[in-house]
Amino acid sequence: MTDQEQAPDDLATDARAVNITINGTCSQHYVQPRTHLVDFLREGLGLKGSHLGCEHGVCGACTVQLDGQVVRGCLVLAVQADGRTVTTIEGLSDSGAIRELQQAFVRHNALQCGFCTSGMLMAAHELVEKKPDASREQVREWISGNYCRCTGYQSIVDAICDVLAQRKKPGLAAHPEGVLA
Amino acid sequence: MKAPAFSYARPRRLTDVLSLLEKHGDEARLLAGGQTLLATLNMRLSEPALLIDMQSVQELKDLSVAGNCLRIGAMVTHSEIEASPLVARHAPLLRMAVPHIAHRAIRNLGTFGGSIAYGDPAAEWPACLLALDGMVVARGLNGERRIAARDFFTGLYTTELAANEIIVACEIPLATTTHRFVFDELARRHGDYAVVGLAASTQRNDGLLDQVRLAWLGVGNMPLRSTATEQVLQGQRLSDALLAQALETLRSELQPEADLTHSAAAKRHLAGVMLKRALNALGSMDAQASSAITL
Repeated sequence: MTDQEQAPDDLATDARAVNITINGTCSQHYVQPRTHLVDFLREGLGLKGSHLGCEHGVCGACTVQLDGQVVRGCLVLAVQADGRTVTTIEGLSDSGAIRELQQAFVRHNALQCGFCTSGMLMAAHELVEKKPDASREQVREWISGNYCRCTGYQSIVDAICDVLAQRKKPGLAAHPEGVLA
Repeated sequence: MKAPAFSYARPRRLTDVLSLLEKHGDEARLLAGGQTLLATLNMRLSEPALLIDMQSVQELKDLSVAGNCLRIGAMVTHSEIEASPLVARHAPLLRMAVPHIAHRAIRNLGTFGGSIAYGDPAAEWPACLLALDGMVVARGLNGERRIAARDFFTGLYTTELAANEIIVACEIPLATTTHRFVFDELARRHGDYAVVGLAASTQRNDGLLDQVRLAWLGVGNMPLRSTATEQVLQGQRLSDALLAQALETLRSELQPEADLTHSAAAKRHLAGVMLKRALNALGSMDAQASSAITL
């Protein structure tokens, strides 16, 4: 972590150094304290998979992981992430961690315009990992923080429930591609 | 929108947080989980010169049993409370309330202390602290003091906390085997602001209701107890007649304020529905307890 302990004497608002591990790579960046995490990811690093809808914590389009947990990317400052680990939809997608969910979303037509999809997948990923026994009602509750204005949610819930069901079948969980074959 | 420019500090020691607060006064804002503060900054409802981020102050993250109390550090998150076996055992009301708090991504960062300090009349933790006769532990440079929850909330987003003090923890008396709790809440979408919510606590002594606490959220300009209705229930046995009397008292006692979607009359009606459900739930807990004894 970079030293953020003391406030500058003149209460400077200009950019300061932060060290953040993003999608597995740690590097130093300069950010203004006012810049929230997703503006930094999108404008500073070109990681445009995280979207900005409402910018006050209601829509969920900006969902990213901070230290392995989903958070609202518009309600975290980039300087707060100094010394911490951030994973975006690009990281989860490239690592294959959400392959089953991505395939299920395609299979069930769980997206139309796609604006909410990255946030929806981030939220669904934490659910599948933390609550493998979730009921349909619990899936609905879990994604209640992510708005979708196209699908009516039915197909998204179907896709997540499909992944939960597939993972319970012995032998298939390790080979998600086998589900499609 | 985007937040206005501000400066930022992340002290590791509590004394440094207090010194910064003393030095910068009203120009500074404490950043706990940020789930309300950062939204208000993005909407430019507030323009502080300095944010003091408390995420590195380890002593604010303690969640433990201390004597006959559960002590919840100010920076303990809603998700940590949700997952804590200590909370499930010693303060089950909190475990019941936590799924109603916003959404998972917000629960992962939002904190107990932040919610108490903000004192939102529609929030879950202030009402729970009131129902549980909890204490707020506040610290300033001159030392520490304890403020009972019933004295802490004084008005709309207003508390007893002095400008140069911070909440370090809240203390909640440990639940005993005679305690019963009910939490219920109505919202338009799961996790949204409460239309009406009830945090209820009582003890059951020989089938009689004792130490009844009915703490409401979403009905006034601060979390509040319906003490006249509590008095009606005190020392009584559950019955249809008692329920009718309690409902009548509640309807004259509560003076809800309308919000964007619900009139005062609708809220008063819904509060009655909630009280009825809560007393019915207590009745079924008794039935379960007695059948367990029979077995």
